[in-house]
Amino acid sequence: MNMESSTETEKQSSDNAIIEIIDMHKWFGDFHVLQGINLTVRMKERIVICGPSGSGKSTLIRCINRLEEHQRGRIIVDGIELTNNIKNIEKIRAEVGIVFQQFNLFPHLNIIENLTLGPIWARKVPKAEAEETAMYYLEKVHIPEQARKYPGQLSGGQQQRVAIARSLCMNPKVMLFDEPTSALDPEMIKEVLDVMIELAQEGMTMIVVSHEMGFAKSVAHRVLFMDYGQIIEGNAPEEFFENPQHDRTKLFLSQILH
Amino acid sequence: MEELVQGTQTEELKPPVASVGFIGWIKYNLFNDVFNSFLTIIILYFLWKTVPPLFRWAFIDSVWHTTGTACRDATGACWSVISANLRFILFGFFPYELQWRPLLAMFILFVLLFISRDRKYWKKPLGYAWITGLFVMGLLMKGGLFGLTPVESTQWGGLPLTLLLSFFGLTAAYPLGVVLALGRQSKMPAVKLLCVIYIELIRGVPLISLLFMASIIFPLFLPEGVTINKILRAQVAIILFTAAYIAEVVRGGLQGMTLGQYEAAESLGLNYYLTMRLIILPQALKIVIPPTVSILISAFKDTSLVVIIALFDLLKTTQSVLSNPEWMGFSREAYIFIAILYFLGCFSMSNYSRKLEKELSRGD
Ligand SMILES: Nc1ncnc2c1ncn2[C@@H]1O[C@H](COP(=O)(O)OP(=O)(O)OP(=O)(O)O)[C@@H](O)[C@H]1O
Ligand SMILES: [Mg+2]
Repeated sequence: MNMESSTETEKQSSDNAIIEIIDMHKWFGDFHVLQGINLTVRMKERIVICGPSGSGKSTLIRCINRLEEHQRGRIIVDGIELTNNIKNIEKIRAEVGIVFQQFNLFPHLNIIENLTLGPIWARKVPKAEAEETAMYYLEKVHIPEQARKYPGQLSGGQQQRVAIARSLCMNPKVMLFDEPTSALDPEMIKEVLDVMIELAQEGMTMIVVSHEMGFAKSVAHRVLFMDYGQIIEGNAPEEFFENPQHDRTKLFLSQILH
Repeated sequence: MEELVQGTQTEELKPPVASVGFIGWIKYNLFNDVFNSFLTIIILYFLWKTVPPLFRWAFIDSVWHTTGTACRDATGACWSVISANLRFILFGFFPYELQWRPLLAMFILFVLLFISRDRKYWKKPLGYAWITGLFVMGLLMKGGLFGLTPVESTQWGGLPLTLLLSFFGLTAAYPLGVVLALGRQSKMPAVKLLCVIYIELIRGVPLISLLFMASIIFPLFLPEGVTINKILRAQVAIILFTAAYIAEVVRGGLQGMTLGQYEAAESLGLNYYLTMRLIILPQALKIVIPPTVSILISAFKDTSLVVIIALFDLLKTTQSVLSNPEWMGFSREAYIFIAILYFLGCFSMSNYSRKLEKELSRGD
């Protein structure tokens, strides 16, 4: 990725925040998982989050579409604040798609049904139109020929691409990815990352939890490092990898890069 | 030349003679070692001792169309007890000349059930057919409209009554059981508590006591002059009872679902109702088809317990025939007959469930 375009984006859209997280805390029982998260994501910005296991990366992005509930601070998505208001939650879920580590496709439905379920039932899109959209995105993730198969008949990489297409069918403004490639066999990682890179090139706003450093370097505007429920540091990929500021970041990078 | 070579090759590839054909099968499956040969011989001996006499009793020495007295001279089975009393066994006290009506009603039911076997007909028209069918069946049983003579439900009996109790018992208990299972998983404490109490209370008592309560204790609480049809009360008791068991089985299926399925549905913007209907229940209910069918089958057989509150179901009409001095003592034949009827019912249910399971498993 060239830095020019990314700095440009940052300049024009400095006030163009799509996600704002302000001093957000979350506890699981007594366990303080997220300890004061502050994060602003601008339109079309791509952020990669890394950090050791248990540092709260998944919890953070799951809070953004309310799969987890935060207890203090604010989360504002596209001007809508996440509160207990069901209407707001619905609106925010309509703007935020998520891709899980374990794909979570619906095994009893075939691929096209997996893709059209959300649009048809939650959005009331006519079936024919929903199927057309579904085929469009299946082509985008390079597996239109699998449309009538069931998830169990697909490889892991194919399933994850279907899961990405399923989220895209809802026409989200932001895509969240929670370690999308870590359940995959090595030879399938690339096909999924390629799809994500294409998505990035089309200007999707993305928050990706991932330890794929190559992906981070080529796609991310910012890489964040999380540890013990806090964002320790965040920087442009070159800076982040070549010149990490904190000892913990250095330690972590030395562990994953070797 | 080449052909010849190929010919010999195919011959060589043929399996050894001993493993094919009838002899091969017997050798392989029945006499493959000493112990199995021993078992085979014992079983053959046992069959030889029992089957021919049984066959003789049932078919050769048996009598089919005689009076009860003539039966007593026969050495074989007295199927006359069935043939002479068939209409009473099947229809109980339903007015004799009107018995074509329950017969027709049962016929409609069987046709509808048969059509519904095939999932490709599970569309709106079939729904309308069922609604019409149920209305016509009710009309045939009850009469009172279109010049049909009214028949009190106290006169209903025999097979139609058994089918009525089972059909509505099972079809109403299933959805109720699913709702109870969902309630038991609910995040709302009050709903959850109610469902738990209900399920545990019902499972804590035998069906017989529920039937007694429905038929004897429950009417005591009704205001003067209000009566509720006895069949309906038994029906409700059967539904409530079966639903509690279904609920527990379905709960097992729900527990088999991963959190990821809920989260994926939620993130697609599906609400609770849609998530359950489209994602969770189709999978959970499929997993529990075998135990569900076991419960439905035993519920079908348990409808015969209404005997004790003096409803004239199939078992009770048979018993009353047997208490007639002319036919006393032929209970073997009579019970074999209704056993066959029950078996047909249960067997078709389990058969159908296997077919359904196979069809639904194409996704995995
Ligand atoms: N539902 C939950 N209840 C209680 N504790 C939880 C729950 N979910 C996560 N945790 C705990 O919160 C901490 C952060 O979890 P999280 O899944 O966000 O970590 P992560 O950074 O995504 O780690 P990983 O790289 O292993 O996925 C962990 O210690 C985890 O055990
Ligand atoms: Mg995680």
